[in-house]
Amino acid sequence: MKIAVCIKQVVTREWQLRVNDQKTWIRDQDASFELNEPDAYALEEALRLKEKHGGEVIVCCAGPARATQVIREALARGADRALHVESDALGTADAGTIAAALAEAIRAEQVDLVLTGLQSDDQGFGQVGVVLAETLGIPHATIIMEVQVEASGLRVKRELEGGWFQWVRLPLPALVTIQSGINQLRYATLKGIMAAKKKEIKKVAAPAVASGGQRVTSLYFPEKAKQTQVLAGPPAEAAKALVTRLREEARAL
Amino acid sequence: MILVIAEQRDGTLNRATLESIAAAQSASEPVKVAVLGSGVDAVAQELARAAIDEVIAVDDPSLQAYTADGFVLALEQLVRAEPPQRVFLPHTYQTRDFAPALAARLTWPLVTDCTALKDGGYVRPMFQGKLQADIAVDRPHLATFQIGAFRADAMKAGSAGIRKASIAIDASKIRQKPEAPFKEAKQAVDLSQAERIVAVGRGIKGQEHIELARKLAEAMGAELAASRPICDAGWLPMDRQIGSSGQTVAPKLYVALGISGAIQHLVGMKGSRTIVAINKDPEAPIFEVADYGIVGDLFEIVPALIAALK
Repeated sequence: MKIAVCIKQVVTREWQLRVNDQKTWIRDQDASFELNEPDAYALEEALRLKEKHGGEVIVCCAGPARATQVIREALARGADRALHVESDALGTADAGTIAAALAEAIRAEQVDLVLTGLQSDDQGFGQVGVVLAETLGIPHATIIMEVQVEASGLRVKRELEGGWFQWVRLPLPALVTIQSGINQLRYATLKGIMAAKKKEIKKVAAPAVASGGQRVTSLYFPEKAKQTQVLAGPPAEAAKALVTRLREEARAL
Repeated sequence: MILVIAEQRDGTLNRATLESIAAAQSASEPVKVAVLGSGVDAVAQELARAAIDEVIAVDDPSLQAYTADGFVLALEQLVRAEPPQRVFLPHTYQTRDFAPALAARLTWPLVTDCTALKDGGYVRPMFQGKLQADIAVDRPHLATFQIGAFRADAMKAGSAGIRKASIAIDASKIRQKPEAPFKEAKQAVDLSQAERIVAVGRGIKGQEHIELARKLAEAMGAELAASRPICDAGWLPMDRQIGSSGQTVAPKLYVALGISGAIQHLVGMKGSRTIVAINKDPEAPIFEVADYGIVGDLFEIVPALIAALK
């Protein structure tokens, strides 16, 4: 089974966000970056499917040159090779633009299955996977908790709301977006890191794509919905003040 | 004209639809509501009790069970025939499955997860809810609204006509073959009944520290719960998860330990009467909904809290 996994590089969760002067994106010149966590689950699922059914795992990433860092990490975890659609503009592009760039790279590979994470930690559109499937003309299923390979295609377990699930069959080639928590993530071994250095990262030229039609006009910290009473002081003092307020003011204890 | 796509399953309307209708009504434009399925007369009549211009019923046996392909085939025809300036949908799991494909097929932009309308555009969270963005769109588009962003009871009542749309769906083009929805083994814990909840998030750092949260829960007479990443990691069972993919709760007291407060978590707990947030990041979105907050290291604060409760 030839599997493409789409990954994205995002700023680390711990990094203190600051907005740029134009208020259209974050000031990420000095940020630290990591592999988008939902995509890590998609990668893990791809590696497990390969271990079970054989084949190849190709990592696909649309983003600036610095995204090579997460591509190498994916290769170190066990992916076989990578495609990198390299463009600075793709770091902040909308879902339609990113999907178009990925489609160009993946189409030539004739894969059986494409996996993506559910959404990205930065923009969180949750669209790239489904738009990519539509662009490639292949069926899709989203928010998947289990993947079974059958003779006729795939049988996947979709998560619905409120504790409901549903199995769906779809023919291959197909695209599936993976829900976080589908499996336990593996980390790169030293051997994997060494092996990754020799693996191929093929650069793919970014297609000229018109903007997807939506743009950020202002990015800002949200206004607080509630006036939070922040209890300051050393831990023991703050804790005591909180317990007093919960007992006497909120009557919640 | 705004076209709202209703969501129903087996003739039961998803209430999030009413929130999307309320959003559309607040925009002062003509509003139509479309409902898709097989045998949707009763749902169409229910929708016709809203102050809208028209209900459009798309009734076809191939839409009996939801499939992404079926919905995209039907809605592509409907949207092209009407055609609305904007299509509004609730941000549900079903919408997330088909709306991006519909948008791609129409080559329309899709703005997801909106929490408000603003200056002809939208407001949506980014960076896990730590930032908010104003989004402008300059051509016909689709927009999905986060659950709870608009109130269902704010929907204006009225009386609308119902029209059946004639749409041809080639069932052989539906590639997904769904089986019947099911529930996993019955949930062992019903957190919706808990009076007090202590919930842990990423800030707890390791499975070995869950015990600390459990001790606080015991001292408060509270149930222990968690945000999604904790259950994903297997540190607590899935049935203790609070949020859009877990349980929705409204206890008297909700204590969030090391939970940053991504929107998926907030929708599950913001109805709590008193919310306490303990987090080392003063900018964490959880502080937007908290009544009381302590900014600091939970590994110092929680033991102090346990001591103060005794």
